[in-house]
This record gives sequence, structure tokens and C-alpha cells, in this order.
Amino acid sequence: MFEIRIHSRGGQGGVTASRLVALAAIHDGKYATACVFYSPQRRGAPVISFVRIDDFPVRIYSHIQNPDLVVILDKGLLETVDVFQKLKKGGKILINSSEGKIFPGFSSSHADLTQIAHRERLVVAGYLILNTPLLGALARMGVVSLDSARKAIREMFPDPRNIRAAEAAYREMSP
Amino acid sequence: MKTIATGNKAVAEAVQQARPAVIAAYPITPQTAIIEQIAKAVSSGTLNSRFISVESEHSAMAACIGASLTGVRTFTATSSQGLLYMHEMTNWAAGSRLPIVMANVNRAVAPGWNIWADHTDALQERDTGWLQVYAGSVQEAYDAVLMAFPIAEHEDVLLPVMVNLDGFALSHIFQPLETVEVGDFIAPLHLPHAIDTRDPAGYGVLTGPESYFKFRWDIERSMRDSVNVIQSVQEDFSRRFGRSYGFTEDYLCSDAEVVVMAMGTLGKEAEIAVDLLRVEGIKAGSMRLRWLRPFPELNLAGREVVVIDRSYSFGFGGVLATSVRSRIKREVYSVIAGLGGQEVSYEDIAGFVRRRCIGREDWFGVNGHV
Repeated sequence: MFEIRIHSRGGQGGVTASRLVALAAIHDGKYATACVFYSPQRRGAPVISFVRIDDFPVRIYSHIQNPDLVVILDKGLLETVDVFQKLKKGGKILINSSEGKIFPGFSSSHADLTQIAHRERLVVAGYLILNTPLLGALARMGVVSLDSARKAIREMFPDPRNIRAAEAAYREMSP
Repeated sequence: MKTIATGNKAVAEAVQQARPAVIAAYPITPQTAIIEQIAKAVSSGTLNSRFISVESEHSAMAACIGASLTGVRTFTATSSQGLLYMHEMTNWAAGSRLPIVMANVNRAVAPGWNIWADHTDALQERDTGWLQVYAGSVQEAYDAVLMAFPIAEHEDVLLPVMVNLDGFALSHIFQPLETVEVGDFIAPLHLPHAIDTRDPAGYGVLTGPESYFKFRWDIERSMRDSVNVIQSVQEDFSRRFGRSYGFTEDYLCSDAEVVVMAMGTLGKEAEIAVDLLRVEGIKAGSMRLRWLRPFPELNLAGREVVVIDRSYSFGFGGVLATSVRSRIKREVYSVIAGLGGQEVSYEDIAGFVRRRCIGREDWFGVNGHV
């Protein structure tokens, strides 16, 4: 089983991102679930979402304890939330940032999702939406295939800007 | 068709396929997405039903009762406080022998104000004459709603059915969902005691001491007969669509020495705990109770039983533990866990089994308990 924890702020699209990842994984022929730790929803408040991907139906409902991958959509959360809590030894990190950062013991990648979303004008209610570029970055990391990522985006967000943003993130993210 | 959906969306999909003539509902977290999607289908014309927006859950059930009395299919959805507010009318629905189907998204009862999963809301409806089934996955929530209509509407039953799904844990999780072509799986409703709207008449419902008990016995007789109906509808569903359901879902029970019993998502999570325990050499199994009413026979002879309750009857014990104990006429290890969405992982459940103490009750997370 591959377990992902996504740290975001309310309004950034972290919850929808978790659903996109799960849908893409299902298109890859896997089983997947996506859920959120729900609390009264406020824009800007820290939000945690979870994705589980497996070759078998997922029967777990509790929160992910030891993720394989942690995604941080707002690097400001590094200051306020213990985003690396119980991340597996050697686990992966993906940060939405224009520059790379080294976290000893983990393997870290970065992509400037905000800049990509800005370029494609992915804005809802005044907020840049990062979920579709995030899926492109995760495809580059091999979490899902690029074809399935495109298919999932087409199903959930038919506007072509979303596919373009995902492809841009796939191309531009750090190796 | 294979897709991905939340529990709420799965319920709404199934309702649209069952095509009730009337849906009356009032929004409440975490159920609102169910009626939002149905209302959208009605307003866009894809669902040819009457959607009645009401000012309260009491009225939602009253509207369903009024519509159902004319012999048409009805549906509503609610949760927690909404279900409690409906209570007078849920009794009325069962007593009037109306096959209303309701989705209840299980949520804690206030105070303290809490929107997370808990079975107290539905268990306070236990003795109303409603059939109650609890889903353990998004797929099962969809399938259970499809099956609820033919069960409720069967001439040997004619009682309302409540389909329960855990708030957020199931109502908001995204999981794979395979929808079906319903075909003639749900036959047209024939309500033998429907009122004739072309020849309206009033009937007194005053029922004296010489006959009231006969109506109550008739509810119980139908509740007992519903066992065969549930079985045959579940078999028909399995023949047509390939997914099989029983009164319980048993996982590695056949050679188990200790069996975990729970309802809803905790019952599903318990299967992972069983896998962990088996690796340690503990012969564990999981029996997830699906139907609370009618309460099934339980094949637990010779095994120790750990019961997890997501609710409590103050002054006595966990509602499920009490029921199981009474059914198997033996002591169990009762754990009260997951109230108000309390996080309970498969590791925790495995711990309950390892530290089980038959005859005792423990509250998970309370000092001095497990």
C-alpha cells in the first residue's frame, strides 16, 4: 500500500487533489481511497487529506499514521504544522516551492505549482487552485501515470487549462 | 459502470435509479450532499420526482408519510439531530406500515456539538419498527439503498428501512463505485392499504385496548418475516449484479477463536486488525453486523467475542454488546470506541483483541481503561 498525506490550506484544492490522485490511481488499475480530516471548514486553515493506493480494495478508514509521501501545498505550513510527523524513513516529500530544500533522511522534490496555476489563471473565488498541477507533479514522481492523470482531470475538470497546468508541472518539476 | 464516489454520492445515485415519486428532506451535515444531488437531478429533469423542501425533519418525514399513504415510493435522508427531531414521525411511518426508505448518515448527538461518526442517532430509533442496515463501504451504501426499496415494499414486510452510513468516514470518503443497470430489480410499488385520492375519506386512527396490541404484533410478525425477504432480495441482487451480502459480513471467522463484532466502517477496519493478529498467531476473525433490525442469529459458538460499540445506553452498557450478549447468552468483552468520530485505527482494534477480558467493559481512551 502507498499512503500519501497532503497538507494544504482551506481553499487551495488539497481535498480535491486527494480525490484526483485516487481517481487517477483507479484509472491505473489500482484500488484507492481519498479522505479528509474534516473540521469546520475555513479558508486558510490547515487541512490534511489522505490518499491510499493499493493492489487490493482498501478497507482502512482511520487516518494515515506512517505516510510514504507527504505533499505540502503551502510551505508556510512548515512553520506551524508538524508536516513530517511519522513520515516513513527515506519517505518522499513534495513541496510547492520555486526552490528545493533538503530534509535529511527523506527524499525531497519541489515544483512551483503556484506559479503554474497563476500562469494558467486557475483561480476560484480569488484563490489559486493547485490540485491539477499537483497531479502532474505526482505523475512525474511515478505515483500515477501521466495518461491516467490526464484522464482523471478530464473527468473532473474538463477546462483544458487544467490539463495544461498538469503537463507543465510534469515538465517543470525538479527531478 | 466503474467510477469513484463518496458515500453520499453513492446513496444519491441509487435513489435516482430507484425513482421515488416523492423526496422530502431538510439539509444537515454530513448528509446534505445526498439531497443536494437529488434536488439537482429533479430540477434538471433527469429525475422525474417531486422534491419537497421542508422547514424541518419532522415535516420531511410527515411529507413522506402523506405521500407514501397514496401508494407512491418515497425517500428522505437525515442525520443526528435531524433524525431525533423526526422521532415522533418515524414511529408513525412504521405504525402506518409505510415502506419509506431513509438514508441516515450516522453522526453524534449534541451536546457537545459534534458532526462526526457515532451510532447513537440510529440506535435511538431502534424500537420504532424500522428495519436498519449499516454499510461498511461506498459500494455497500449504494447496494444497500437499491435493496432497501424491494425489501421495504415487499408485501410480507411493508415497513420502513433505514440505511446507515458513518458520517464523514463513509459519507465523505472517495472510494471506487460500480453502478448497475437496475432493470426490473425493483418492482413497481403496490401498497395494499393506499388511500384513494380520487375518493378522499378520513379514517379515525383511534385504536382501543381491545385491538392496539394486534397492530403491534403485526409489526413484529412482519419484522420476523422480513428475515426471509432480506435473504431473498440479497440473493436476487447477487444473482443479477454479482455482489453478495448477508446479515453479517464474516471475515476469517470459520476457524477463529476470537471474533470482533462492530458495525459500519469500524467493522471493515477490524478486518485489517484480524490480518495483523493472524500474523502474530492469534486466530481472530471479524463479524461485521449489517442488519441491526431484524437482529440476526449469530454463529459464534465456541468463540470469544469482542464487541465494539459506537454508542452507549447510559446506566447499562453498549447497545451492540448488550444485544450480542443476549443473543449468544454468554459474556463478551465490550469496548466503547469511536464516539463522536474518536479516531480508532486497526492497530487499536488489534489491541482490544490482545488485551480482551471477557465479562468486562472498557471505554477506549478513558484513564484506567484500554
